[in-house]
Amino acid sequence: MRIHPEVFVTRTLMSGNEAVARGAWEAGVAVGVGYPGTPSTEVLENLVGYEDVRCEWAPNEKVAAEVAGGVSLGGRRVLVTMKHVGLNVAADPLHTQAYTGVNGGLVYLVADDPGMHSSQNEQDTRNHAHGARVPVLEPSDSQEALEFVRRAFELSETFDTPVIVRMTTRVSHAKTLVEAGERAVPAPKAYAKDPSKYVMMPGMARARRVELGARLERLEAHACSAHENRIEMRDAGLGVITSGIAYQYVREALPDASVLKLGLSVPVPSELVREFAASVERVAVIEELEPFLAMRVRALGIEPVDTGLAEWGELSPAKIARAFGAPEIPVRKPIDGLPPRPPLLCPGCPHRGVFYALGRMRAVVTGDIGCYTLAALPPLKAMDSCVCMGAGIGMAHGMALAEGTTAPVVAVIGDSTFAHSGLTGLLHLAYNNSGGTVVILDNRTTAMTGHQGNPVSGIAITGEPAPAIDLEAVCAALGVSSVRTVDPNRIDETLEALKAAVAEPVLSVVIAKAPCALIVREHPDPYAVDEELCTKCGACVRLGCPAISRDESGRAVIDTSLCVGCAQCVQVCRYDAIVQVGPSCDIGGGL
Amino acid sequence: MSVTTVMLAGVGGQGTILAGDVLAKVAVAEGLEVKLSEVHGMAQRGGSVDTIVRFGDAVYAPVIDPGVADHLIAFEVIEGARALPMLRPGGRLVVNRRMIAPLPVLSGDLPEPEDLEPALRAAGAVLLDAEALACEAGSPRSANVVLLGAASYGLPFAESTWKTVIEGRVPKRTVDANLRAFQLGRDACAEGVCEL
Repeated sequence: MRIHPEVFVTRTLMSGNEAVARGAWEAGVAVGVGYPGTPSTEVLENLVGYEDVRCEWAPNEKVAAEVAGGVSLGGRRVLVTMKHVGLNVAADPLHTQAYTGVNGGLVYLVADDPGMHSSQNEQDTRNHAHGARVPVLEPSDSQEALEFVRRAFELSETFDTPVIVRMTTRVSHAKTLVEAGERAVPAPKAYAKDPSKYVMMPGMARARRVELGARLERLEAHACSAHENRIEMRDAGLGVITSGIAYQYVREALPDASVLKLGLSVPVPSELVREFAASVERVAVIEELEPFLAMRVRALGIEPVDTGLAEWGELSPAKIARAFGAPEIPVRKPIDGLPPRPPLLCPGCPHRGVFYALGRMRAVVTGDIGCYTLAALPPLKAMDSCVCMGAGIGMAHGMALAEGTTAPVVAVIGDSTFAHSGLTGLLHLAYNNSGGTVVILDNRTTAMTGHQGNPVSGIAITGEPAPAIDLEAVCAALGVSSVRTVDPNRIDETLEALKAAVAEPVLSVVIAKAPCALIVREHPDPYAVDEELCTKCGACVRLGCPAISRDESGRAVIDTSLCVGCAQCVQVCRYDAIVQVGPSCDIGGGL
Repeated sequence: MSVTTVMLAGVGGQGTILAGDVLAKVAVAEGLEVKLSEVHGMAQRGGSVDTIVRFGDAVYAPVIDPGVADHLIAFEVIEGARALPMLRPGGRLVVNRRMIAPLPVLSGDLPEPEDLEPALRAAGAVLLDAEALACEAGSPRSANVVLLGAASYGLPFAESTWKTVIEGRVPKRTVDANLRAFQLGRDACAEGVCEL
């Protein structure tokens, strides 16, 4: 049966992240603040498009959470956004904001990435929430994302607590139909000085810790009757306790099963779980990532069936169906021998020149988080570690202390990442008389997450110009005496600067400054290979540029429709076989 | 109606996400429940990009398991071959006859895969040259719209709905070229002349 089109016009397709922004706006948020991180980034990018909301990119999630804490203290509603690993950075303010509670509603939007589509690890934010003793709402589609964000602000103010809305990649990035509402801005709350609530020194904090425990009990009692938590009784033979996107998979895989759907999943509503378990023959817990609910169900003395589902990666309807004995879906035989298609640095990427030079130096490279992490892959293979935002700088120093290698050790970090967590690392190196070398890849944008502005590029979330930090001056102010700025598209100049920096006994910084090829509007004419001059040596191919390939005879070929004229390949060709040609045909005009 | 699943498989930059968006909006305009899933972030940097559109009376999961897709629209042959197990036996397969070599092939570390077109044809594929048809329509970048046109022939939506959604989605000056691109793709399949 189709829904009547006239009824339908009020419903629009929105990604979960778009719906979160809408929900926050409807809830009357005054401020949205965060740091970009897949899969959370689009929340703030959408919220900034609504009227009467001030949005800001912060240098990192800790600062964002502290700004949010201030907005809340000042009596207004505020949304702070980040990906799961961002909550590690913001964990410090969160854990104590849980003690102080709020004035205006304070909601954390945290997006987990099961399956690690675009992340370095696979954390379950519910564990952080449990540790901090704050409630979690878990939407399973865009409509719930909108409603749960509105609800989160009510809960925050009613229970005097920060609230986490936990998204996952599929909820954040799937588009589903949403019926939007209107904006209702609550009256700002007056700020009243109250050190016993807001000044968390030991004497005050001890009292707040007791209140935190009592609050959690009140929240749990509320969660037992909250409409976000519902029992759907179908066949009483099997009852599934589930939350978030896993609910959708359960509905598809086990259409007859009874379900306890936990929208407000932390704190786990014990009485509701007991009631549900008593009404079904067997209980199963199906959740994505950690056995968070399962452990708490067990703690109630209820033994759920062993599904054998993994505690990592994404779930799917077939995985769940299989766990309950469904026959395998017939599947076509795969076609063998397909080459993999790993993501790679774009044609004209300025990072390529730096990593090519570091490869030539056979340097040990402690890397960081960004597009440039792709330089770890063949053919550049010029990165030795990638852990977390800012890690490369401290790790380079640690490697030097260990004296475990005779190769030069170089830290490489992007501009936005440097602003996020590199400044303090560099300060450590300066303060502790490191003789190391740090390369800052300043491509004038936060490229990996979709080209957000940052404090180095000097572009605000609105697209307006903003004050930009002067990297050279900042390095000097931190105590770095040797600072060079190079154009990474000039490979010889870059190699020379890196060699000189590494040779110096003092701490050195090389700033490789050139804009991301994707934000450059006008590119030089493309290049092509002169067949007569090419000796098939393969030097240009080893740059790993997607525009350069070999033909059947092994000769290099440049795809002029992909080439953006960076000329890095021209510099590595010893036979002058690469020449500039006219612009490629590009009429444009598609979707 | 029960749930129908369309998978669009291609390479970052080919316009699969925008094509998926048009398809989803067509299904919405026809009054159906719709879910669309896509991948952002690192995968977009030249990697494989899959978009899933599901529609029907009640749609739960936004993503699918192998053997579930009813339609597979491949924007590129290697990605079509890679995604083939996602298509249920008897499902409909439309493949663009374009190969974009991945880096291991470009660098000469792995050979270019051979005989993919015959393998795809044996799997029931309708093959067409979407870039050539897009050029014929006067808009070389509209290959994704050509492929939507080709796929539309097997999907339960009114031609007029497709055209209304495309009109609302593309830049004004390119509306005519995109509508021509859609029609050329649709006709190619309708007339069984996709072997261009």
